[in-house]
Amino acid sequence: MKMIEQIEAYLRGEMNEQERAAFEQQRDADPLLDQQVVAHQTFIEQLKDYGTHHKLLSEMNAIHEGLDIEAIKDEVIPKSLVIRKLWDKYRMNAAVAASVAILAVMGTLFSTGFFSKSNAIVSGYNALRREMSKEVDRKIQRSKKELMQNLNTDVSKGPANPGAYSATGFALTSSGYIVTNNHVIEGADSIYVQDNNGNSYKAVKVYTQPNYDIAVLQITDKNFSSLKTLPYTFKKSTADLGENVFTLGYPREEYVLGMGYVSSRTGYKGDTVQYQIDIRVNSGNSGSPLLDNKGNVLGIISGKENNVDGASFAVKSKYLLESLNEAPEDVKNDLVLNKKNTLSGLSRKDQIKKIQDYVFMVKVY
Amino acid sequence: MSREIKRSVPTDSEVILGILNGSKDILEIVYKAYFPMILQLVVMNNGNEDDAKDVFQESVLVLYDKVKSGNFELNAKLKTFIYSVCRRLWLKRLSQLSRNAGNVKDFEDILPVEHDLERHEEKDKQFKQMEKALVHLGEPCKTIIEDFYINNKSMQDICEKFGYTNADNAKNQKYKCLQRLKKIFFQT
Repeated sequence: MKMIEQIEAYLRGEMNEQERAAFEQQRDADPLLDQQVVAHQTFIEQLKDYGTHHKLLSEMNAIHEGLDIEAIKDEVIPKSLVIRKLWDKYRMNAAVAASVAILAVMGTLFSTGFFSKSNAIVSGYNALRREMSKEVDRKIQRSKKELMQNLNTDVSKGPANPGAYSATGFALTSSGYIVTNNHVIEGADSIYVQDNNGNSYKAVKVYTQPNYDIAVLQITDKNFSSLKTLPYTFKKSTADLGENVFTLGYPREEYVLGMGYVSSRTGYKGDTVQYQIDIRVNSGNSGSPLLDNKGNVLGIISGKENNVDGASFAVKSKYLLESLNEAPEDVKNDLVLNKKNTLSGLSRKDQIKKIQDYVFMVKVY
Repeated sequence: MSREIKRSVPTDSEVILGILNGSKDILEIVYKAYFPMILQLVVMNNGNEDDAKDVFQESVLVLYDKVKSGNFELNAKLKTFIYSVCRRLWLKRLSQLSRNAGNVKDFEDILPVEHDLERHEEKDKQFKQMEKALVHLGEPCKTIIEDFYINNKSMQDICEKFGYTNADNAKNQKYKCLQRLKKIFFQT
């Protein structure tokens, strides 16, 4: 302890001249003492350093307390900082997330066919007009080829470009009135009908009844000569369940026969205007005639329920006749329906042969 | 985005003189002059005002040590020195928090201050160690040691404050305390 006291006194300069000289002499002679002096000095310095740091910090804290941090912040930091900071920090993430979201949505929509099937899938009901845009390229190629091969043939046979939609219609009268579904010709620029032999005729819409999804067209083409007497008649009463039915339509370029039976007296969601028919129909079948075994038109194929087997719908002939009654006078006077059925008793094959000339493909542009 | 920060600032040599004299006023002026700059730096780079306070106070400690040790050469502006130190400290803190591994958005020129910071780190370690040792030492030893060595009080004052019968007793007590402090300090 004596030693430390001496060292301390020496370091603090509390020694007088003599004592210091003596101590220094002793220090020179004794390396151990020298070491002790240095060690003590260092330690005290560290202690003092600690003291100053501590003091400084508490002083600075006191100053800091006195500052108006918010005011300084307002001064040095732009107002929109919070948003901008978030934006700066997360804009990459946001961009990536947005692209992923867009890709995912587009991918899903594309893969589920949202873009290709923009035609009336409303709820579960699928109107059966056929979109032709998918076939456009192929058909343009083909029609080009045809045109090139048959430059001299009659161009008036039909338009070279294919329609946006196609469906089916059938003759109401031999004079060129055609009936089809209203949804087929809705928003149409121009309408052509094409018969079994491939002849296209220009047609115009003369009357529509959207409530029953019925539209009446008239062939106005000068190349059109009137048809022979219609072989079928229109049934005024409602058909019975289990009645065997068949239909002829254009789900593709060629007409296609479908057979089935009446499975319910009401249509989609209990719609009394329609029958439910268990029959295979496809896009393009809209407007096809639905006939019974005797050759009476029972209805017009109009749609089917998505994801349900054997649930196709046809507008009842009763409502067809009803809507024709409501047609404008001039049209109504022209519409003299056939009363004589020439199909009953014929075999299905012969019936079809007779009907085929009265079923048209309706092309909408 | 950066706005020029204008404030009345004492000349750098005034500050250094003030530091050497331990002037409280100078400290306050320095604090008020340069803290906003650091607040801007830290807050604009993912920090808050408490981070800014820590970083800034640490940089002042670095400056003090450097001036006291006599090797502060005024070859750059004091402001630049403080900014550079803070920037470095904040970068380090950020990488520890792994909030931002890359760079910070700068508002001022910067100096290379790695060497100063290495020294400072060592000092800081000692500082923490000393603090721990003192806390461990307990009362009344802590106060006796602090009064005598740090606050430069005389043995007589200490004797009176703690009610020792004479200065020798107090000295004896102080000696024992110092021995214990050394022991604790070098143990850890």
